[in-house]
Amino acid sequence: MNIPKFFGYRRENGRVGVRNHVVILPLDDLSNAACEAVANNIKGTLAIPHAYGRLQFGEDLELFFRTIIGTGANPNVAAVVVIGIEPEWTDLIVRGVAETGKPVKGFYIERNGDLNTIAAASRQAKEYVQWASELPRTECSMDELYVSVKCGESDTTSGLASNPTVGNAIDKLVDMGATTCFGETSEITGAELVCKERAATPEIGEEFMKVWNAYNDTIVKFKTDDLSGSQPTKGNIRGGLTTIEEKAYGNLQKIGKKARYIGVLKPAEAPKGKGLWYMDTSSAAAEAVTLWAASGAVVHLFPTGQGNIIGNPILPVIKLSANPLTCSTMSEHIDLDVSAILRGEMTLDQAGDKLLEMVVRTSNGRLTAAEALGHREFVLTKLYISA
Amino acid sequence: MIHFLVHEKADTVGVATVDIKAGEQAQGLFMDTQEPLEMKALNNIPLGHKIALKDLKVGDTVLKYGHDIGRVAADTATGEHVHVHNLKTKRW
Repeated sequence: MNIPKFFGYRRENGRVGVRNHVVILPLDDLSNAACEAVANNIKGTLAIPHAYGRLQFGEDLELFFRTIIGTGANPNVAAVVVIGIEPEWTDLIVRGVAETGKPVKGFYIERNGDLNTIAAASRQAKEYVQWASELPRTECSMDELYVSVKCGESDTTSGLASNPTVGNAIDKLVDMGATTCFGETSEITGAELVCKERAATPEIGEEFMKVWNAYNDTIVKFKTDDLSGSQPTKGNIRGGLTTIEEKAYGNLQKIGKKARYIGVLKPAEAPKGKGLWYMDTSSAAAEAVTLWAASGAVVHLFPTGQGNIIGNPILPVIKLSANPLTCSTMSEHIDLDVSAILRGEMTLDQAGDKLLEMVVRTSNGRLTAAEALGHREFVLTKLYISA
Repeated sequence: MIHFLVHEKADTVGVATVDIKAGEQAQGLFMDTQEPLEMKALNNIPLGHKIALKDLKVGDTVLKYGHDIGRVAADTATGEHVHVHNLKTKRW
C-alpha cells in the first residue's frame, strides 16, 4: 500500500504534529486576562481562554485536568506557558504537559499580581516562540497521524455524501495504520445497536452500550420534551432531517464500512494504539472537538450539511460539504466541496481520496478555512455543578 | 437528471437532491441497486427534504438507510413531503 508522506513536526516523545503553536494556557478563568496580555505582547503565541478551573471536584475535576493537560501535550503544540491564580494546580498542569518532554513553564498570579506575572511570562513566551520558529518540518508518514471525526449542522446531504466520504477516508486511514476516533454518544441514539455491532469484540460493544445507556439516562432525567427543539437542531431540521434516529444513521456513515473500533475512551482520553477508537463525547461541535484535541488528535475531519463553521485553537478542522447551497453561499468555510456526489458526477471512493489529499495538504501546513477565518472555539465539557 | 436519491431498496422515503416542485414527475435512483424510479411529487419538496415512496398511515414505521427512523404522525400519501409535521421520533 502506498502511504502518503508529508512534512510535519516530530515531537520529543516521537508523536507527530502538523502545527507548531506556542500556547499560553490559563489554569482558570481568572488567568485569562494575563494569558491574553502575554499573547498580545509576544507575536506568534496563542492564548486559549476558557471559563472554568475553579472549585470543580471529583470526576468533573479529573476531566478538566485531562482536557487542559491534553491540550498542552497535543503534538500540534511546540511549547506551553501556563498561568494560574495559585501554584499548586498550575504546577499540576505543568507536570502533566512536561511528561511529553516539550518545554513548559508555570507562572502564578497570587503574590505577584497580573502585571509582574505578565512581564515574566512574556519573557518566557518570547524565548519559546523564537525557539519554536526554528524547528524544522521533517518527513512523516500518514500512518503517524491521529485523525478525529465529527459532523455538525448536518442535513440529509451529510448522510448521503459528506459523512460517507469521511467514512471512506477513515477506512483507508485505518488500513494504512493511522489512529482515528469518532464519538457523539447522544447522536448515535436510534442506531446504537448498529454501533454496538461495529465493535471489534462483543466486550467492547458492551462497553459502548454502558456509555451510551449512561448518556441516555442523563437525557431522560433532564429532558422536558422529546428534545426535538434541540436534537435534531433547528439547522438540521431546516436541512430536511426529522428525528434523532434519522440523524444517527447519517452520523454513523462517518466510520466507514469496514473499520471496527478497538476501544472505548473516556472524554479527552488518549487512544492507546493505532486503529479506530470510540470516545464518549457530547454532540455539540466545540465541546467534542475540544475533547479530541485534548486526546492528541492533530487533524479533524468535519462534514457539514447546513454549514457549521467551527474551528479549534490547536486542531485544524477540515470542513467538507455536499450541500450545493452551503458550498455556494458559505464557500469561505468549506475546504472540500463534494456536492458532485449528489449529481452522480463523483463516487464516494473518489471523494475519499480527495479528502485524504486535503489531509496531506493540511498536514503540510495549508491553513484550513476555519484557521484562516480565526475560528478558535475552545469549550470545556462540564459534567456537573462546581462546589 | 436525478431529483432524489433513495439509500436502500427497502426505504419508504427518498431524499430530494434538488428543489422539487409540486406536480413534477421526479426522477430517483436507489443508491444500493442503482435502479431508477419515478415519483409524482404532490407537494414542493425542498433540497434535502424527504418524499414518501408509499402511502404511510399513522403509527407506521418510516424506513431510511433500511432502518427505523421514527413513526408516522399524520397520514401521508405517496409523493407527499415527509418532514417534522408527519414524522416523529420513537425515542426520548
